[in-house]
Amino acid sequence: MKKLSKTTKSNLITYGIVVVAYLVCEILMRTGHMSSLMKGILVPLCIYAILAVSLNLTVGILGELSLGHAGFMCVGAFTGAVFSKCTVEMIAVPGLRFLLALLVGIVCAGICGILIGIPVLRLRGDYLAIVTLAFGEIIKNLVNAIYFGMDKNGLHFSMKDSIALGLEPDGVIIIKGAQGITGTPTDSNFTIGVILLLITLIIVINLVHSRTGRAIMAIRDNRIAAESIGINITKYKILAFSVSAALAGAAGVLYAHNLSTLTALPKNFGYNMSIMILVFVVLGGIGSIRGSMIAAVILTLLPELLRALNEYRMLIYAVVLIAIMIFTWSPKGIALRERYSLAKLLKRREKEVQ
Amino acid sequence: MAVLEVKNLGISFGGLRAVDDFSLEVAKGQLYGLIGPNGAGKTTVFNMLTGVYKPDNGKILLDEEDITGRSNIEINKAGIARTFQNIRLFSDLTVLDNVKAGLHNQKEYIYSTLTGILRLPRYFQAERAMDERAMELLKVFDLDKEASYKASNLPYGKQRKLEIARALATNPKLLLLDEPAAGMNPNETQELMDTIRFVRDEFHMTILLIEHDMKLVAGICEKLTVLNFGQVLACGDTSEVLQDPKVITAYLGE
Amino acid sequence: MSFISYLLNGISLGSVYAIIALGYTMVYGIAKMLNFAHGDVIMIGSYVAYMAINNMGLPIPVSILLSVIVCTLLGMMMEKIAYKPLRQASKLAVLITAIGASYFLQNIALLIFGANTKSFSSVVNMEPIQLAGGQLIISGETIATVVACIVIMACLMTFMKYSKAGHAMLAVSEDSGAAQLMGINVNATISLTFAIGSALAAVAGVLLCSAYPALTPYTGAMPGIKAFVAAVFGGIGSIPGAFIGGILLGVIEILSRAYISSQLSDAIVFSVLIIVLVVKPTGLLGKQIQEKV
Repeated sequence: MKKLSKTTKSNLITYGIVVVAYLVCEILMRTGHMSSLMKGILVPLCIYAILAVSLNLTVGILGELSLGHAGFMCVGAFTGAVFSKCTVEMIAVPGLRFLLALLVGIVCAGICGILIGIPVLRLRGDYLAIVTLAFGEIIKNLVNAIYFGMDKNGLHFSMKDSIALGLEPDGVIIIKGAQGITGTPTDSNFTIGVILLLITLIIVINLVHSRTGRAIMAIRDNRIAAESIGINITKYKILAFSVSAALAGAAGVLYAHNLSTLTALPKNFGYNMSIMILVFVVLGGIGSIRGSMIAAVILTLLPELLRALNEYRMLIYAVVLIAIMIFTWSPKGIALRERYSLAKLLKRREKEVQ
Repeated sequence: MAVLEVKNLGISFGGLRAVDDFSLEVAKGQLYGLIGPNGAGKTTVFNMLTGVYKPDNGKILLDEEDITGRSNIEINKAGIARTFQNIRLFSDLTVLDNVKAGLHNQKEYIYSTLTGILRLPRYFQAERAMDERAMELLKVFDLDKEASYKASNLPYGKQRKLEIARALATNPKLLLLDEPAAGMNPNETQELMDTIRFVRDEFHMTILLIEHDMKLVAGICEKLTVLNFGQVLACGDTSEVLQDPKVITAYLGE
Repeated sequence: MSFISYLLNGISLGSVYAIIALGYTMVYGIAKMLNFAHGDVIMIGSYVAYMAINNMGLPIPVSILLSVIVCTLLGMMMEKIAYKPLRQASKLAVLITAIGASYFLQNIALLIFGANTKSFSSVVNMEPIQLAGGQLIISGETIATVVACIVIMACLMTFMKYSKAGHAMLAVSEDSGAAQLMGINVNATISLTFAIGSALAAVAGVLLCSAYPALTPYTGAMPGIKAFVAAVFGGIGSIPGAFIGGILLGVIEILSRAYISSQLSDAIVFSVLIIVLVVKPTGLLGKQIQEKV
């Protein structure tokens, strides 16, 4: 029973980090010690942390490579934003409206996760990676081609242009093709972001340490053995994948309600974004939930802090990425690390003291 | 009464008849050995019994229930558990979690995903019960002290035992062991023989095993079937079969 | 008539994809990694050719040769610095490294050449062929691209089938450990594969920019992804597969752009990929591998 308390302790530390970080940020904000640049980045930090933690469920816990996480985020963002824009007059309370939008985004992204998961989760490794990448690009492309409007006759939909919607004069265009959605109520804020992050953490951590999580990790470690003890591979793969997608959808809703304009660009919903989230997961330690969160925060802050180096910023980022991978994984890097590891240095110190 | 009854089982891969007209009957509580030279089709028989391969013809009855052609998941639920020739543990999970994964489908420990996420009282109750049951099983195999180790960090002999413990956790009627003593030294093999016998007596388990170690086979198996080139060469009580000239020829050559 | 001209455009674009995909598929076959930076080698190759022609005033064949040499060296260097130390590492680590290499190349191009779009002038000086009384015009670029693609594929297949180095490549991609034991220099073979793949990328870059002249540091990214899709489509590791996949992809892309929607053409291409993989999980010509129990 000692072991149980150890994991519980580790989980509590994870939650504690979030709460403390939140309090520190709030105090800094209230006392006016935070730059507007930092203030603007607080909600994105929560978004990226949620994305990284949720992707870790697919990559680290389920052990399948997904390069389409931004696609699920995109689904959540657009469905959530459409809901909010449609109901902006009906539901006057921003909190309630956001909560409902969140639900819509999560459900839609989750359903997409199931729909894409059923056919493609049979594929292995890089094939799955390229198909999820393709899925993300399809979503981005589709969203850019959709026109969606609302008037007193109801909802109108077209893939051609806004005129084809045939709206009455009083109608409003909600999604305007590549121009996306403008005027989404900015219902989200830092506090909501942190709460969502905490909920995401609780869901993922509790899932991992449950019967379901054990089944998912068993499939990751040895599919054939998992089948031999009666674990339903398809069911648990799709479950993990769709929960991961749904949580990405939540991050998308948060994203959409943080800015008043929402467009699907390669930069925010393209495969580059999916890759960036994957980088958080890998650098944070595959399978480490807390690691994903911390890596997401540090790697989002780092380029912002390096703004002075402007042109060289991304170049440095690229070099750092390669260097970290070589340092962590190459035989020479591992040897180097073992020689100078912190634990060993401490031990040596201990010996000297004795 | 026969726990396992196999009638005229056969399978081909391409043009190769890997197993042909294979029949077998294992009585309850029996320790049954399946032996034969390399490539005779022993593991293929196991793979058909556990639903990894679908047999081309023949019937498999478990406790008189026809399980032929079912998926490996359903067959495990019906009551056959196995270990593998090349160890297949959940290497990144702890020893305890490996066994708990084996308890996955046992009614008394099932709870929904949502119960797990929300940590409802049922979660704590089921997990505690699982921990207790898993520790009991680990104790049988003298693995209880290593419960919190990562499975891949166990020494080889203990990994083999853990695989058996995990299979037993699924509460099978029939346990299939694929070369349990492979790669073990004489001391470890001796210990394993005691454990297998203990498992049979303690759990009233029916065990069918593939083995090359003749000392182990002669030491614990009550009955034997010998497979050669996919066909049954001999079948009967261990001492008789091992003295059969046909069997000796198959093993040692002309 | 317009259908045939679209079809020809598609085959032309498809030939470029096929050339890139050939490099991709060889590298994947041997190093078992998604080389995300492959697309950016295309971009570097195009920039080198552009600079050689426009700034240094070199003749076109020399410029192309220079571009091929630079890319070959770049590919080998990339392999040596970034990928070689990670031979035993997890696949994800290699993937992230490849992504890092891709970012690196894009940003170094951004620093050297700037973000402005460069207008690449075609390297093909050939009069368009007019058929059916001027109704059907086949541009010189189309002919050059298709011919280049077929020649390259034929050379590669001959190379793999008859040369010692080609056999070594097959052996390493099948089982690098066993190949090493048989006395094959695995490191040299992998290096050679990267060299060939990158040289092909340079050719593809020049041809791509001749047909679609806008050159930016991000020019290579999307064609790189598409070419990988083409390689997967045809069955990764297979040379004819990459060729067929590339051509099919180009044709589907151009036809759907012409007849369905220019905005959705990428979505259609990717949907076809998903459908093909769901039906045939290892692509059109890929090998089916089953795990032994």
